[in-house]
Amino acid sequence: MNSIILIAGTRYLSALLILFSIYALLRGHNEPGGGFIGGLIGSTGFILYAIACGTDQARRALRARPETVAMIGLAIALGAGLSAALFGDVFFTGQWLFLGATETEKGLPVSTVLAFDVGVYMAVFGSILGLVFAMEEEI
Amino acid sequence: MAAAAPTSRGHGLLGYGPTALALALFIWFLGFLPVVSAGQAASWAVPWIPVLGIDLAFRIDGLSLTFALLISGIGTLVLLYANSYLTGDPQFDRFVLFLTSFMLAMLGLVLADDLIVLFVFWELTTITSYLLIGYGHDSEKSRRNALQALFLTGAGALAFLAGAILLGEAAGTYRISEVLAQGKAIQDHPHFTAILILVFLGALTKSAQVPFHFWLPNAMAAPTPVSAFLHSATMVKAGVYLLARLHPAMSGGDLWLYTLTILGVVTAVFASLLALRQTDLKQALAYTTLMALGTLVMLLGQDSGYAMTAFATFLIVHSLYKAALFLVVGNLDAATGTRETDALGGLGRVLPMTALAAALAGMSMAGLPPFLGFIGKELTYAGMLQVASFPVILSIMALLANGLILAVASVVAIRPFWSARQPKTPVKNAIPWTMAAGPVVLAVLGTIFGIMPGLLQNTLVAPTVLSLTGDIAETKQLKLWAGVNLPLFLSLATFVLGGLFYAWHATLRARLAMLDRLPNLDEAWDRFMASIKTFAIALTSRIQTGRMTDYMAVTFSTIAIGLIATVLLRGLPPLSPSFADVTPIHLALIGLLLSGTFMATITRKRIAAIAALGVVGIGVALVFIFFSAPDVAITQLLVEVLVVVLVAIVMLQLPRLRDYPNRFRPGHAVIAAGVGGSVTLVLLAILSTPLDRRLTTFFETASWPEAFGRNIVNVILVDFRALDTFGEVAVVVVAAIASIALLRQNRKGRS
Repeated sequence: MNSIILIAGTRYLSALLILFSIYALLRGHNEPGGGFIGGLIGSTGFILYAIACGTDQARRALRARPETVAMIGLAIALGAGLSAALFGDVFFTGQWLFLGATETEKGLPVSTVLAFDVGVYMAVFGSILGLVFAMEEEI
Repeated sequence: MAAAAPTSRGHGLLGYGPTALALALFIWFLGFLPVVSAGQAASWAVPWIPVLGIDLAFRIDGLSLTFALLISGIGTLVLLYANSYLTGDPQFDRFVLFLTSFMLAMLGLVLADDLIVLFVFWELTTITSYLLIGYGHDSEKSRRNALQALFLTGAGALAFLAGAILLGEAAGTYRISEVLAQGKAIQDHPHFTAILILVFLGALTKSAQVPFHFWLPNAMAAPTPVSAFLHSATMVKAGVYLLARLHPAMSGGDLWLYTLTILGVVTAVFASLLALRQTDLKQALAYTTLMALGTLVMLLGQDSGYAMTAFATFLIVHSLYKAALFLVVGNLDAATGTRETDALGGLGRVLPMTALAAALAGMSMAGLPPFLGFIGKELTYAGMLQVASFPVILSIMALLANGLILAVASVVAIRPFWSARQPKTPVKNAIPWTMAAGPVVLAVLGTIFGIMPGLLQNTLVAPTVLSLTGDIAETKQLKLWAGVNLPLFLSLATFVLGGLFYAWHATLRARLAMLDRLPNLDEAWDRFMASIKTFAIALTSRIQTGRMTDYMAVTFSTIAIGLIATVLLRGLPPLSPSFADVTPIHLALIGLLLSGTFMATITRKRIAAIAALGVVGIGVALVFIFFSAPDVAITQLLVEVLVVVLVAIVMLQLPRLRDYPNRFRPGHAVIAAGVGGSVTLVLLAILSTPLDRRLTTFFETASWPEAFGRNIVNVILVDFRALDTFGEVAVVVVAAIASIALLRQNRKGRS
């Protein structure tokens, strides 16, 4: 598709979509959002880019192969689940650390649950994107 | 088989390494002789699946040790032999891996003290046997014969698994030694007959008894060392081992006695007739192996001390001479390039060591004194005469079989070397010492044990009889001269009969050709396999039409029928639809959904149909938003967007809707109405019953304190049900990668 308007609009929209997808991923634990939704939003960002500028450009912008992103995401999710074993807990028990927590302040929560959600994000993102790119190129 | 002339070096370390392993195991097992001959047993157990009461339990008693020594001892010699026999074979690494794995699996089988562990090793021997029969995988015949053995013994193994589970449940334990400790109590259990039949199916397929015998001669497609090891000395005896292992608990009843005696005798006589019929020496040996297995099975049908002693002795004798003779035939093949009996002659002076081994092993097989085979045969006759019901018929059958085997032994072991009437066969390759060692050691052992049977008496035979009967006093003496008695006369009659058979074996062979006209199970097998294929092709072409419409029709009809059937069978609770809360917004939403659906069904343009479906999807997302499920709504919206993108890409390739006839499709309408109607009914029914809020309450209260999250949906996804999410994500990734591969395949096809 050679639409100047679409190409010009895509630059901003794609960036916004990807930024928003990360926002959706991180807020997911307390507000609507999460890894699955984030991954879907993120992939639409690149899909829009691919429709406007072609899959070659989109692949270059992504740098990594989407299948690789998906597999790494799966590995992170599995690793997050397995890490519970290090603390002597059952498979997929969430492990939490509150950075800088004081008597009154909760601190910054860091958890294997977040790592798991990041893994889900990457797996969904990579799978959808790989499929769409392949369809664009092959059909 | 052998690509190059055999050398003693063979494949170097790749060959010597596994040989050393087998030898080390053999020596280790020898160390158990003092314990076992004292009537004790050694055992180990590691918990494996404690929930099911299954342990990795192993136990060495007389029966196990006899088998373990045979397996590791013959394994050492066969591995040494194979290293030279397959000199220059480019796939030897694979071969030696299979053969070593087989040996370890077989050792596991005979040492296992747990029914399930025994089954696992049993299957491992089936699989390694399959790989070894199909070793020459570029030959269609090898592949077919390997599959035949796999299917037949695999089916038997499944029967055995069912039997093992029934037995374990009936006895209350899977530990074999504990089952046996209960004595014959198991025979009063209501499932005993079923257990017995299932165990029989497993054991008799594995040990190739009539009518499951046909796979064994076909298994000779494997290289000769494999035939010597698996298909004569060890694996085919796994069935015999199983029957012997369970003998103390399960023998004694009529079913046990008659099944094993009749099948054993029929197999023995039938196989020895067919053995004389063969002209290929390896095939002849294959059938004599069947005869030996038949004899062993028949002996296990009995209870008497003579039969049990005969079993223990004959088991050892047969493994020694038969493995030796197979290796001798391998040497003949390697040296001259043929195994045809009429083409071989005058080899005695050219291959002296092989000839010596052949002579000693052959005479043991023929049952001549002073070889161990003679003692085995005498004991077998004594065992048969002890049978209460029909000793005369049995003895005559055994006499016939033994006479025939004597003739076959002469044809295999004497004629190629010493017969003056045979043409001299030219020798192409020399036989290295590694290939002569195996048969010579085995044959000499058979001779030494024959002259000094005391060496075996208390070390292996008596402990084995102890395993079988529980009473070591049942063991009979192994001796060359047992006095003038009926077995001696039967032996003499065997020699005369065997001599006559040998003198006229050419004529007999021609006559026996008529056996080929008997109903042939091997051909029936091919027809059976072909009919399965035909059925599968017919079924696939019916189910897999390749038309999306058909698949969707099947899927949705199944859903509709399932729901309607449930409603009809289980009835519906009183429906109480309430319209009190309906607002104008809800009505507008319904209008949106209905108009989108209607548009999708009547439009003549694909892009319009996709847009209309998008309207439906967004309408559903709005429903979620109105009823406060924002996460689901967001997901639904995003999926709708992606579906439009994907469909738009694919659509360019599809024929235009306009090209299809525009007609009403009543079948599709019925399916659509069925799904829609039944889903509506079920949803109304669900809404009419009080909602069980226990799970909701749990997540509402636990979400924050336990998982530090306020978005319950997401907390469930990533914490409470993280394993489910992981599984779903894995499915997404796998499906995507599979689709990508399919799409790429498409490109390859085009270019």
